[in-house]
Amino acid sequence: MGKGDPMASHTVDTIAAALHRKGRWNVGEILFWVAAVASLFLLPERHLILNEIAIIGLFAVSLDLILGYAGIVSLGHAAFFGMGAYVAGLIAKHVVGDPLVGLLAAAAAAALLGFLTSFLVLRGADLTRLMVTLGIALVLGEIANQASWLTGGADGLQGVSMTPILGLFEFDIFGTTAYAYSLAVLFILFVMARRLVVSPFGLSLRAIRDNGLRARAIGVPVHRRLIAIYTVAAAYAGIAGALLAQTTQFVSLDVLAFHRSADVLLVLVIGGVGYLYGGLVGAVVFKILQDILSGLTPQYWQFWIGLVLVILVLAGRERLTDRVRGLWVRSAIRRRGGADAVPTAPVREA
Amino acid sequence: MLTILFDGVAYGMLLFVLACGLAVTLGLMNFVNLAHGAFAMAGGYVTAVLMNRYGVPFLLTLPLAFLVPAVLGLALERTLYSRVYGRSHLDQVLFSIGLVFMAIAAVDYTMGSQQQLIRLPSWLQGRVEVLGIQVGLYRSFIILVCGILVVALQLVLTRTRFGSRLRAAVDDPRVARGLGINVSVIFAATFAVGSGLAGLGGALGAEILGLDPTFPLKFMIYFLIVVTVGGTTSITGPFLASLLLGVADVAGKYYVPSFGAFVIYTLMIVVLVVRPQGLFARAR
Amino acid sequence: MTPALETMRLQKRFGGLTATDDVSFRLEKGARHALIGPNGAGKTTFINLLTGVLPPTAGRILLEGVDVTRLRPELRVRRGLARTFQINQLFPAVTPLETLGLAVSERMGGGRDWWRVVGSRREIVDEIVEVARRFRLLDVLDERTANLAYGKQRLLEIAVAFACRPRVLLLDEPAAGVPEAERHELLDTVAALPRDVSVLLIEHDMDLVFSFADRISVLVNGALFTEGTVQEVSSDPRVRAVYLGESVNG
Repeated sequence: MGKGDPMASHTVDTIAAALHRKGRWNVGEILFWVAAVASLFLLPERHLILNEIAIIGLFAVSLDLILGYAGIVSLGHAAFFGMGAYVAGLIAKHVVGDPLVGLLAAAAAAALLGFLTSFLVLRGADLTRLMVTLGIALVLGEIANQASWLTGGADGLQGVSMTPILGLFEFDIFGTTAYAYSLAVLFILFVMARRLVVSPFGLSLRAIRDNGLRARAIGVPVHRRLIAIYTVAAAYAGIAGALLAQTTQFVSLDVLAFHRSADVLLVLVIGGVGYLYGGLVGAVVFKILQDILSGLTPQYWQFWIGLVLVILVLAGRERLTDRVRGLWVRSAIRRRGGADAVPTAPVREA
Repeated sequence: MLTILFDGVAYGMLLFVLACGLAVTLGLMNFVNLAHGAFAMAGGYVTAVLMNRYGVPFLLTLPLAFLVPAVLGLALERTLYSRVYGRSHLDQVLFSIGLVFMAIAAVDYTMGSQQQLIRLPSWLQGRVEVLGIQVGLYRSFIILVCGILVVALQLVLTRTRFGSRLRAAVDDPRVARGLGINVSVIFAATFAVGSGLAGLGGALGAEILGLDPTFPLKFMIYFLIVVTVGGTTSITGPFLASLLLGVADVAGKYYVPSFGAFVIYTLMIVVLVVRPQGLFARAR
Repeated sequence: MTPALETMRLQKRFGGLTATDDVSFRLEKGARHALIGPNGAGKTTFINLLTGVLPPTAGRILLEGVDVTRLRPELRVRRGLARTFQINQLFPAVTPLETLGLAVSERMGGGRDWWRVVGSRREIVDEIVEVARRFRLLDVLDERTANLAYGKQRLLEIAVAFACRPRVLLLDEPAAGVPEAERHELLDTVAALPRDVSVLLIEHDMDLVFSFADRISVLVNGALFTEGTVQEVSSDPRVRAVYLGESVNG
């Protein structure tokens, strides 16, 4: 029974084809993006809020990369969001108003911050990580607050003016250019992330998340992979922050606030962790919820968010998000049951 | 300078009383309770309301500042928290963040978002000079009360049956259950006492730390630092960590005011990087 | 001749407890070597030392003549040392296909590849199929690992280690917990391992040991008690007293 055997190569072909199929886009995904683009044309009065959804969605996807795929719980992801926002704002204000330049600068700065802090974050167990990520975000928030000569402090960074994108598309007050811009950036980054998660690299991340001990025992350089994905996720978050700065032409201390890290966590959890679309679905649901609930009690919307979180956890969030995930059944990132279901009790390395 | 040390110690002991409940909860139930600060806030508001609205003397409010959060903690533990014990840390984090948000918004709605001012009784106001150092009366009071609490806690842990059962349950809940120790009762009692102590700390600290609806989030990081730097396997660990933190914070804010807050965060990050299990924790 | 794996006075102490006591051990190339000993003798600790999960207190480890004592676990795998775990250490949410795919990709250097879909490289898929066929996993390749029968999981446990194409394979109680009906399959696949792989087998199951091994080492209280051919060891009265006299789950 060697490789020349037609039976053997048939099996190999079948399997290769099966693997390939996992990488292909399914109908649900295509419909989603068609709808997203359609909303650009069909919902002109909603462009501002759609822009916010796209930005939050990108931010949540970046969190999914580390939480859903590498198992790192972070309470300070806003650090990268805020870093990107301030860098983009400062570049536009002091250097050049071209949005794409600002975007690249923000990505680089956030990636660098992610890379440097990854060494701190990857030491120690869950609780230590929570603390360190929280601590880093707080440090950054404090720096932004203190360095008001640079950041505008509590008043916020003003004077952020953007030149037209690619010299052609000027930012308008209706948010049309903004939404198109954010959507385009989101789409490109999403496609890249999607390729990443179905690649061997992405597979190794899931392995590390599921059983770090075993991953190491088959030769996966665990530490290096985690540093890599943390850096990438930081860059993504930084770009999301930059988009916010550029499309609203303002940056406030709020971008580094704790509630921003908590909110993005909530967004991702609502949509579902670990299948990449969760961040986008969650962003849509979150914004709709926010719209409705703000109508009820404008100032105390935090209460309802808290309630949603509590109920979500008590009801068992995996069961809820599994239904949503069922829609993407033939998607490449097929995982039924969620990462927290551990029937054969593998030892999780701290 | 010694005044700073004194103030720092007072602050540290206050932090300890506030955070010890969290340390025990984490060590005992392996539960990350980010909502711990809400109980502290509850105690503070009990005192503020009783004093400002009903004219109850400060000292008399303190037992209630302990009891109300304790009862609240007990109720929540039995109904909600116990369902989340075995879950992943992510779930616990989400759950407790949800509770905190609800608590903050609820307090904001009912009590308003302004700072609650507590007027200390006159015999606690002011300073005296002791051995050449300016010593605040209120801070002395705090050190005294907290000191008594610490000693009492240590005695309970080491000398009583409940204490040894608690220590057994912290060490290994399964074995403890096997020995016939009613672990759920211990969980409930510990959670209640921890919340009560937090409430007492909130009431005592209202004058120094300030009290408004954002209290739980503002101080959450401090509690977490105490717990992670001090470890969860003893009382002395968090105690020493609180003192260290208190002195560092007060000293930092006095000597380098613009970097005051950084001192704490950087200290925490450094400690966690060098010794992830905490400065004082015994290796498990 | 350079042994496939060798330890020189290997020692591991945990505070006052000596888990591995001055062990000098040789695994010859192509060997079928069994390591037996009573419970608590330190067999799994020994494996953990060999693979680098635990750092030794003293002594050296040589893999095909190269000193790997200080080498990180994942680098030892790259050099050809793989192991299985006594309790299955698998990825519950991932399929056997992906598990094997991961091991093969890592070995063939595709682990860093983030652009291409898993399985787009033909040679990787060929490898996966070959390993799956050898370990009788072809029919369950696409199921979630957590849903597999225990015997199949155990086969996957060995398959994944094998997919790293090791030169030295450490099997930690491969038959442990496998129900009677599924044992046969397991024992057959272990027996059919290619001769260019040197195998160290830890087992309690004496049937497996006697049918599989050429040589046996006996570990007692962390130290090498005795060593020899299957004949020598099984007829040694001291070994009988220390170990074979105990009740053994067959």
